[in-house]
Amino acid sequence: MAMAPPSAAPTSERDLRLDLIRGVALWLIFLDHIPENIVSWITIRNYGFSDATEIFIFISGYTAAFVYGRTMRERGFMLSSARILRRAWQIYVAHIFLFTIFLAEIAYVAATFDNPLYAEEMKILDFLKQPDITILQALLLKFKPVNMDVLPLYIVLLLLFPPMLFALLWRPNLALAGSAVVYALAWKLDWNLPAYPNGVWFFNPFAWQLLFVFGAWCALGGAHRLAAVLRSRIVFAVALAYLLFAFAITLTWHFESLDRFVPGWLAHWMYPIDKTNLDVLRFAHFLALAVVTVRFIPRHWPPLKWAILQPAIRCGQHSLEIFCLGVFLAFAGQFIIAEASGGPLLQTAISALGIIIMSATASLISWYKTVEGRSPRSRVKSPDADLAGGEA
Amino acid sequence: MTSIIAVLATILFASGAATAEPAADCDVPQSLIPTEADLTRVGSEIRDRHRLDISVVGSGSSALSGPDGARFAYPAQLERALRERLPGTEVKVMAHVQSRRSTADMASVLPKILADDRPALVIWQAGTVDALRGVEPDDFRASLDQGLDAIAAGNVDVILMNMQYSPRTESMLGISAYADVMRWVTEQRNIPLFDRFAIMHYWSDAGTFDLYAATRGYAMARRVHECIGRALASQIINAGHLDAAKMQTTR
Repeated sequence: MAMAPPSAAPTSERDLRLDLIRGVALWLIFLDHIPENIVSWITIRNYGFSDATEIFIFISGYTAAFVYGRTMRERGFMLSSARILRRAWQIYVAHIFLFTIFLAEIAYVAATFDNPLYAEEMKILDFLKQPDITILQALLLKFKPVNMDVLPLYIVLLLLFPPMLFALLWRPNLALAGSAVVYALAWKLDWNLPAYPNGVWFFNPFAWQLLFVFGAWCALGGAHRLAAVLRSRIVFAVALAYLLFAFAITLTWHFESLDRFVPGWLAHWMYPIDKTNLDVLRFAHFLALAVVTVRFIPRHWPPLKWAILQPAIRCGQHSLEIFCLGVFLAFAGQFIIAEASGGPLLQTAISALGIIIMSATASLISWYKTVEGRSPRSRVKSPDADLAGGEA
Repeated sequence: MTSIIAVLATILFASGAATAEPAADCDVPQSLIPTEADLTRVGSEIRDRHRLDISVVGSGSSALSGPDGARFAYPAQLERALRERLPGTEVKVMAHVQSRRSTADMASVLPKILADDRPALVIWQAGTVDALRGVEPDDFRASLDQGLDAIAAGNVDVILMNMQYSPRTESMLGISAYADVMRWVTEQRNIPLFDRFAIMHYWSDAGTFDLYAATRGYAMARRVHECIGRALASQIINAGHLDAAKMQTTR
C-alpha cells in the first residue's frame, strides 16, 4: 500500500529524546498523582499552563505513528490496524487491572476509616453498595476513579487511530486540519463522552485527539517541515516570552497576594483554563515548551548516552508498563503516607523510592526483551522495531 | 499501626477536649483569612442596628451528627464566637443545613431563605455534594451564579465556603475543579471566600489536628467545627472592618 509520498517517510532511527522526555513525564505523572506530596512542587504543572499529560499524549501519538506508520506502509492497512487494536486491548486490560487495585484500596478505607467529621465525604464510597453497576460502568470506561482518566483517553485515541493514520499517510496536512476541525467543533458544540454517574470524561477525547494527531503528524515528516520554523529566532523568542508569561500567571495562583497584578480583562479572557477540553492556552504552552526543548536538546545530544539519563530513557521506552506501575505506586505511596500520617520526609522518601522502582522495572523489561531478542527465531526482526513495536 | 495511631489520637484529643475547652489552639495565619473583599452590609448593620443576622446554607459538612450535633457544629460555634467578640451586638446564626444537597438545590431555595430570615450575611457552603455527584463544573458555576445573583439582589453580604480538606478521601473524591470554580467566582464578584480547605490543610500540616485519624468519637470533629467557627468569625470581623475597640467607641 504505497500511498505515502516519500517526504512523509519517518526517520528510521529511534529518537532517544522522546524516550527521555516521556520517561521524565511518567515520573512527573507519578509524583502528581500522590495527593499529599511535597515533591510534586517540582513538577511542571506548577510553573506553567500545561503539564506532563500533554507531553505524554503528544509523544504517544508520535510513537504510535512512528511504529504503525511503517507497518501500514509496508504491510498494509489491515495488519497495522489489527496491531493498533491489539495495543488498545492491552491498554484496556491494564486499565481494568488498575481499577481492581483501586477497588481494593477504597474497600479497605471504607471498612477501616471512620470519622464523623467526614460523614459527607465518605459517601463517595456509596458506589461500593452497588458493585454490579459500578463494575459494569468501569468496564464501559464510563466510571473512572480520580487519576485514572489517562488510559481510557489513550484507548479511545488508539481505537480511532487506524483511519486517522491512513489519512495522515495519504494527506498529512489535510488530516491534521481535519483533527483541528474536530477540536474546534468539540469546543463549539460541547462534544464529549458521557461518564458515570454524571458528567463527562475528564479528558475530552474530541479535544485531546488534536495533540495525539499532531504528535503523529510530526513523526510522519511534519517535524522536518517545521524545521525552519523551529530554527527561527523569532519563534524561539515568542515561545520563551509565552513561557515566562505563563510562569508569571502561575505564580499568582500560588501567592494570592500577587493576584491583583493580573488585570481584570486578562483574567476574564483567560480563565478558566480548561484541562478537560485542552484549552488553547495549554496547547500553546506545550508548543512553546517543545520549541524551547528542541532548541536546547539536539537529536544527537551527547548526554543522551550518559548513564545517569538511562533510567529515564528506559522508563520512556516501556511507557505502558511504567505508566501503570506509576499509578499503582502512587496508590500505594499515598496509602502509606495516610496510614503513617507522614510528613515531608516520608513523602520525599516515597517519591524517590517510587522512581527507583519504576526505573528498575524498566531496566528489567529492557533486559528481558534483549535476552528474548537473542533467540534465533526473533533475530530477523530488528531490535529497534521490536522495542518500539511493543511500546507505541 | 492504625490502632496505635487511633489510640494515641484518642488520648491526645480526649485530654485536649477536657482541658482546653474555650481556647482551642487553632489560630489561623492572616494570609488564609484574606480581607480584600468587604462586607459592607454587615458593617452598617452592626453600627446602625447593633445586630447581625446570619444565614448559613450548606450540606452535610456544615453539620455534625451525634448527640446535640447542632450545638457543636460550626454555625452554632460561629454564633458563640461572634457574641464573644462583638459585645453589645445581638448575633443570631440560622443554619439551613441538609445533607446530600447540591449547589443547584441550594440555589433554588435561597430566595425563600432570604425572605424568611432577612439576614445581613449569608454563609454559603458548597461544592462537596457536587463533587460527589460529578456535576459538570460549568453547571456548578451556573448554580453558584444563580444563588449569588439572588443574594446580591437582596443587598445581602455573602461569604462562600469551600470543601473540607479530607486527606483520606482525596484520591477518590476529585474536588479540585470545583474548588477552582469557587475561587474564580469569588474573585470575579469580589466576594470573600472562606477557604476551609486551605485552613484545614494548614491545621493538618501544623499538627493541630490529625485529619487522617480513624475514630468514631466526636471529640475531634467538634473541635474542628469550633475552630472553623472561630476562623469564620475572624473573617467576618476583618472583612466587615469590625475592629472591636472601634465598635466600642462608636456606640
